Amino acid sequence: MWALRGLRDGVLTTRWPARPDPYAAAGRGPATVLDERPAEAGLEQIDTEQMDSEQLERICPTGAIRLADGAVRLDQGRCIQCGRCVAARPDVFGWAEGPAVGGLSRGGLVVPEIDETPERLAALRDGLRERTAALRRSVHLRHVDAGSDGTEEWEILALFNPVYDVHRLGIFLTASPRHADILLVTGAGARGMTEPLRRTHEAMPDPKIVIAVGTDAVSGGLTAPSYAVTGGVAATVPVDVFVPGSPPAPFSILHAVLLGLGRIAPAGEVRR
Amino acid sequence: MNTHLVADVTGLWDELTGEVAAGRRFAGLFGTARPDGLLLTAHLAGPDGVAPLDTLLPAGADEYPALTPSLGAAFWYEREIGDMFGVRPEGHPRPEPLVLPESPGETRRPRPGEPGAPRLIEPDPQALPRHVIGPGLFTIPHGPVRSGVFESIEYLVETPGEEIPHLNMRVFYKHRGIEKRFEGMTPADGVLRAERVEGTASVAHALAYCHALERIAGLTVPWPAALVRALHAELERLACHLDVAMRLADAAGLAVANARFGWHKEQVLRLVSQACGNRFGRGVVVAGGVSALPLTGPGELLAAVGRLDKAVSSDVAALMGTASFLDRLRRTGPLSPERAREHGALGPVGKGSAYRDDAREARPYDAYSSLGLQPPGGHGDGDALARLRVRFDEVAQSFRLLRQVTDELAEAPDGPLRDEAGVCDGRAVGWAEAPQGEVLYDVRVEEGRIVRCRPRSASFHNLVLMHEVFRGDILTDFPFIEASFGLSVAGVAG
Repeated sequence: MWALRGLRDGVLTTRWPARPDPYAAAGRGPATVLDERPAEAGLEQIDTEQMDSEQLERICPTGAIRLADGAVRLDQGRCIQCGRCVAARPDVFGWAEGPAVGGLSRGGLVVPEIDETPERLAALRDGLRERTAALRRSVHLRHVDAGSDGTEEWEILALFNPVYDVHRLGIFLTASPRHADILLVTGAGARGMTEPLRRTHEAMPDPKIVIAVGTDAVSGGLTAPSYAVTGGVAATVPVDVFVPGSPPAPFSILHAVLLGLGRIAPAGEVRR
Repeated sequence: MNTHLVADVTGLWDELTGEVAAGRRFAGLFGTARPDGLLLTAHLAGPDGVAPLDTLLPAGADEYPALTPSLGAAFWYEREIGDMFGVRPEGHPRPEPLVLPESPGETRRPRPGEPGAPRLIEPDPQALPRHVIGPGLFTIPHGPVRSGVFESIEYLVETPGEEIPHLNMRVFYKHRGIEKRFEGMTPADGVLRAERVEGTASVAHALAYCHALERIAGLTVPWPAALVRALHAELERLACHLDVAMRLADAAGLAVANARFGWHKEQVLRLVSQACGNRFGRGVVVAGGVSALPLTGPGELLAAVGRLDKAVSSDVAALMGTASFLDRLRRTGPLSPERAREHGALGPVGKGSAYRDDAREARPYDAYSSLGLQPPGGHGDGDALARLRVRFDEVAQSFRLLRQVTDELAEAPDGPLRDEAGVCDGRAVGWAEAPQGEVLYDVRVEEGRIVRCRPRSASFHNLVLMHEVFRGDILTDFPFIEASFGLSVAGVAG
């Protein structure tokens, strides 16, 4: 009976990343600084010289916005997608769209890019690809929760539903760290989880990739500073891919996994 | 429903037990550090609302007579107070750490309510005792890192081999210090924090928090905004209940049912994200109303709800007709109606054991007061199957409510979506019915900043009951019982 039911609605699975997916493309990422400011009626053009830097920085509840040398910088690794900045200054801030939100370095999440030169990012990418060359087409994921709010777990689990079905990409979930190639870590780094997280990472065979899933895991988000968290999981394990989002959408998590494996470029195009 | 200050602790306990005997429900207990001592607050739920009862434990007192011996539902609450403030409940049957394992002599506690940042903690699992000791008995530690995608919690299954005579739960691993984090925030930022306390119930937490602020400031939520709130609250309920169905099907090895319910849940989350930009309805609820109308038009919304209802109802009927599945749930993890009533079990856990106290019906808020909620028929078997039946009844009810809300929203007049009057200083309790059960927020604002905010999730209140439901059940029943409770550890560990 269930077998027939399974055929009822045909193929529900996305073809992404081989083919574009409208839901992936429209997915709301972290806030970003607009390159070109829309000249909408009634909106004053921003003049950074006259902008009160404190006022601008105070818009963001996690302190992701900085005004330095007359330029606005937004650390997407701190963005909890509350939309305060987009609502307050639609002339300066907008939403990043699409799944390509993760990055290979913490500093690279600051937009517009400053800390990371293209050369250094390319070096990071090559180094990771070299280290994980053996993992290309069949990889096993392990997940550890280090103080999440519970939503990141839902979004990781969604990767195994028929819509995303990552088995088609040779990506599987494993029960044992001994069989795991990729460690997905969620949460702001609860101090109670420091030791279990460290031991799980240690139990994994080399080569291994660590992905910090969600703004809490990247920077502590709105949970840090606190007496009970480390403020990001990089304080406990070496992180290879940082995925902001509160929580990041399943497509963003999948993008990060493929990015860690060198099977997709940061901007989203597929590497054959 | 004013705050009520009782002269001393024993007086408060007497009043509490008296009110509970008279039919009110004990809804929680927490502490607040103040210069003049430790303020203990108990919550009592009744038809007219949730009332806080306060008493002051004078500064310097390091113990107080425990409430648990006379009111069992306070069992975890008093252990949590011990962890957070270092005071000992004298006469408590098991005064062990719960959310923060530290040595009993440690005096530097987080002490929510007290200004300043607490010292960093290093929880130590070794500080906790084990319970069942005997020949042939062993302990199976299950967690905190578990096989699959789960939140961190450790279940110590103490067993002679197959049966589970005792289950021990360690919830402290993911303690995040949420209560302290609220302090010093503006009321507006507090909503963002509330949405991330127990993320799978983001809307319900935001609602309970905002209801507290609205009660403080006397704000009135405009009718269209009240409808939008109910819309997102019911979509959240759908997603959570479908998640439980998916996990139960997975536990029974029904791969297709697991996939089907996973697909339905994904459809709900997509509908939510299309309506507000976020898959968990975050950013919708603000103090005094909502931030915007749904981005999806009423016609489109109605069509999507109709499609979902048709697909879900068909799979629900199939699942509830699959004998091999029902066999695993029937008489599994039973909670007796007496215990459910005594504890004041919340949400589907209580309702499955014939104890029904749904905040939407008993203490209606937002649009619920005029939506005409008809309580579905009762289930009283108290097993995992009864809890699932409750959830499926609620799924059907949510679909009805969603249609009703969408229709009303289409006809609602244009107008403001929030009461802009702003939040003033004061203290109040807010509540909302999350998919897991009632969520409570006790919020105090002084000089425009939050000085104390205590979220109490249904998960915290209900999880302790898992101690008691393993009578006669065996190891392979574990995933069914856990999934049938449908709780989130984030809401428990704090």
